[in-house]
Amino acid sequence: MSEGEGAHFYRQGALDTSHKAILYLEDLNVSFDGFKAINNLTLYIDAGELRCIIGPNGAGKTTMMDIITGKTKPDSGKAFFGQTIDLLKLSEPEIANAGIGRKFQKPTVFESHSVAENLELAMKGDKRVWFSLRAQLNGEQQALIDETLQTIGLSEQYHKLAGALSHGQKQWLEIGMLLVQKPYLLLVDEPVAGMTHQEMDRTAELLKSLAGKHSVVVVEHDMEFVRSIANKVTVLHQGSVLAEGTMDEVQQNPRVVEVYLGE
Amino acid sequence: MLISQILKNDRGGQIMLAVLAAVLLVVPVLNLVVSNTSPLHVPTYLVTLMGKYLTYALLAVAVDLVWGYLGILSLGHGAFFALGGYVMGMYLMRQIGDRGVYGNPELPDFMVFLNWKVLPWFWQGFDMFWFALLMVLFIPSLLAFVFGWLAFRSRVTGVYLSIMTQAMTYALMWAFLRNEMGFGGNNGLTDFKDILGFSLQSDYTRVALFICSGLALAIGYLLCRYVINSKLGRITVAIRDAESRTRFVGYKVEHYKVWIFTFSAMLAGVAGALYVPQVGIINPSEFSPLNSIEIVIWVAMGGRATLYGAVLGAILVNYAKTVFTGLMPESWLFMLGALFVLVTLYLPQGLAGLWNTLKTNFGRKREVAA
Repeated sequence: MSEGEGAHFYRQGALDTSHKAILYLEDLNVSFDGFKAINNLTLYIDAGELRCIIGPNGAGKTTMMDIITGKTKPDSGKAFFGQTIDLLKLSEPEIANAGIGRKFQKPTVFESHSVAENLELAMKGDKRVWFSLRAQLNGEQQALIDETLQTIGLSEQYHKLAGALSHGQKQWLEIGMLLVQKPYLLLVDEPVAGMTHQEMDRTAELLKSLAGKHSVVVVEHDMEFVRSIANKVTVLHQGSVLAEGTMDEVQQNPRVVEVYLGE
Repeated sequence: MLISQILKNDRGGQIMLAVLAAVLLVVPVLNLVVSNTSPLHVPTYLVTLMGKYLTYALLAVAVDLVWGYLGILSLGHGAFFALGGYVMGMYLMRQIGDRGVYGNPELPDFMVFLNWKVLPWFWQGFDMFWFALLMVLFIPSLLAFVFGWLAFRSRVTGVYLSIMTQAMTYALMWAFLRNEMGFGGNNGLTDFKDILGFSLQSDYTRVALFICSGLALAIGYLLCRYVINSKLGRITVAIRDAESRTRFVGYKVEHYKVWIFTFSAMLAGVAGALYVPQVGIINPSEFSPLNSIEIVIWVAMGGRATLYGAVLGAILVNYAKTVFTGLMPESWLFMLGALFVLVTLYLPQGLAGLWNTLKTNFGRKREVAA
């Protein structure tokens, strides 16, 4: 897509990752009632990368996700999806349709819908009102639902109400909802909270298999889990990046040890 | 067939519509054909009373759609009902022609009384039935669309939204009370003579209005059920249960809210338009906040998010109202309040929920016995 060095066709709406990075956050600042939740945050995520973000409570991890997904507007700074898509100008649904999917910290699924219906609603497609009134699942979409249920291990729960699932199963269903959205970038907030070790291993496998095709950003507290999946780890502290590198590098970083790992 | 497709998994709706169909077939015969000395004869006032209940039932279905399925507690749906009623009232006023007290062929009585010389611009066209019918659909929807667009875009939800809807109907009540508004002020619109050339006093017209009310209820019910069965309906329920999740999945929640709210207001307007020729009057008290709250009680009583429960609730509560206001007029409001408290405490799913609980319990017992 790039025409020689530095030349671009500006196309709002088309994702352009020709400069490797898929997400650009630059000099972001957010404060709530004087409290600086995000403080000059600058962070880049490469296309196809699997990045873990760690940091103590109040480090700004969730606020950062809120900015990327359009829930919170920053006081200053820039947030771009690829070269061309300015996230700060878009609403939540527009950002979702541009290709950023988000899994919440507390699993949120549509509780009075069946597992399959949850996936149907999340699926990529025309999401306008009049289209929805006439929409029917076609064979391809049905196949995608079946395949995704297989991936997340909920095939037998096809008709079960999502509200009746166990905590771990809800986490999985929410990951499934992310997958059928076919996003380029997945933001995953604490995916293994409340999971058994076995479930954790499967989640790790799944997230690793997604990287490459998608870019994945994982916020997680469980260090063992982070170690098992991450190539690159970013440590947030008081709303800005404290350290970045492999798990071993950041664990040996004296400042990181001081604020977080040494506790 | 389309109807059986819509009602496929809706046992309550099947029963309700079957009963409705039977009533619509039998009652006219018992009124018009059976002689009025027979004990089976249904007097005309009763036909009209039932017709009125049916319009209330349609109104309740409209409220259940936004409250039960979309999660918006509207305390202002009485306003859409009243607007539909006023539009029909305007048509009926124009039908009076020169048979009014002042005998003015151009102006309704209250305008002559106010010394107005010409018909105001917003009364033009209402002598034509088709135009009035269009306005019945259009005016309530327009208000709902503008209100909804402003409120939902600014993400007003929950109690705040309920209070705003309540304020909307209250403001309209005061506006319509003013004579200068041109809708008859305090007295409203009344003294109607005929509709489409048929006298409103005739038994045949009364029965026809009753049947129209029943058909409107059936059509309104089927339309709502159709919407709820579609993917649009599943998105609606998703918005009710997890609004921000729905947004992050890529749906423009405010668009969905506006359209469902507007559609519901349109149904309420149709109900109001059928109500007015049967009761013979429309005045600003129909905008009273209390009316809108009563509708919510009907729906809660019958069972939220079932649609047929709303029909059941509207008819039962209004029947009780008719009976008790006849016996002890002062006690009705207390009884209504008590009813609401009891339903909230002991029947959170309403009467429809009671039915479902009994059914599962009974089913379980049978299983144990077998």
